[in-house]
Amino acid sequence: MSDTPIDRVAKATPPSVASKIRGLSDRAIAWLFVLPTIFLLLAVNIFPLIWTINLSFTNFRANRPNREVDYIGLRNYERILTDEDIWLTMQATAHFLFWTIFFQVLIGFTLAWLINRKFKGNDLWTTLIVLPMMLSPAVVGNFWTFLYQPQIGLFNYGISFLTGIDPSSFQMIGDVTLAPWSIVIVDTWMWTPFVMLICLAGLRSIPDYIYEAAEIDRASQWRQFWTITIPMVLPFLMLAVLFRGIENFKMFDLVVQLTGGGPGSITELTSINLKREAFEKWRTGYASAYAIILFVTVFGLASIYVKALNKVKER
Amino acid sequence: MSQFVHGLMRFRRGPWEMLASVLIAIGVVMLMQPVVLWAYTYSFIVTLTGTVMFIVVSHFPD
Repeated sequence: MSDTPIDRVAKATPPSVASKIRGLSDRAIAWLFVLPTIFLLLAVNIFPLIWTINLSFTNFRANRPNREVDYIGLRNYERILTDEDIWLTMQATAHFLFWTIFFQVLIGFTLAWLINRKFKGNDLWTTLIVLPMMLSPAVVGNFWTFLYQPQIGLFNYGISFLTGIDPSSFQMIGDVTLAPWSIVIVDTWMWTPFVMLICLAGLRSIPDYIYEAAEIDRASQWRQFWTITIPMVLPFLMLAVLFRGIENFKMFDLVVQLTGGGPGSITELTSINLKREAFEKWRTGYASAYAIILFVTVFGLASIYVKALNKVKER
Repeated sequence: MSQFVHGLMRFRRGPWEMLASVLIAIGVVMLMQPVVLWAYTYSFIVTLTGTVMFIVVSHFPD
């Protein structure tokens, strides 16, 4: 019989403790470790979800807890899905989603492509570019409110310097036409570095020998870009688009700090509208149905996201 | 294309997941388009069908 350290520890273990441990199978020990997490998941995620689904079929109002609650079937869903005001907030969200993703992918990929070319100070530039991403959205919202000030804001002065327009002649946050673009600019400023990092990972995963083979075949730089770089970075780009899409669909803090949904309700995204229905108008049942609609949409997008992630992993 | 249809007929995971993903994407586009109200009205049922289908077909064999 070998006398390994494990054997020595086993021999030194008091018989009462050893018998207790021996009584549990590996499977039981595994369950013992997993159970607290499962319990937490059920209490924090699954139970509220089931409760919200239940509330979405009622006319419950959280500010009138003693009022009798009636089950009204699918009427909340019917109201939301035929309400033109909510349709408008969906369109505001779509405008925000489309343009932020468009600019973030365009600028993020260009930056990644430039950073990927080895040059002096490469690491320093990468660090500087990723700084906005590390800030809190609430801080960024406040910070950009000052930048957008028509009298003292640097943004207006920058535009004035470039175009010659009077800096106090336009208001980024107060104007109905410019306000949707003001939130697009800030989100792009904050999250382009994230897209850049994902694209950089994609670019760095392309082996050099593929480019060397293309050079031997006398493929031009342009041809190499379209037939090697783009197809090989595409799964990473897809991942970035889906990730930003899901995140921006739920966007709340940054826009609340920046515009508060205004002027009027022109920048009122779905999450802000949902919060108003739930905690300002106190239509809890209605807001629950609204939340379920958004949840199913995000869950659907997340399913595609996981599929894309697995494809990237397979590479 | 024929491989895709063959996969659907044999209940293979890949093509069915693709179909579910397309349904989800169509649902999201219907939800956010600014053109017709009826597309917005039926968007939720399309997305829900796609999402439930995705959960079911992800258990199909490869």
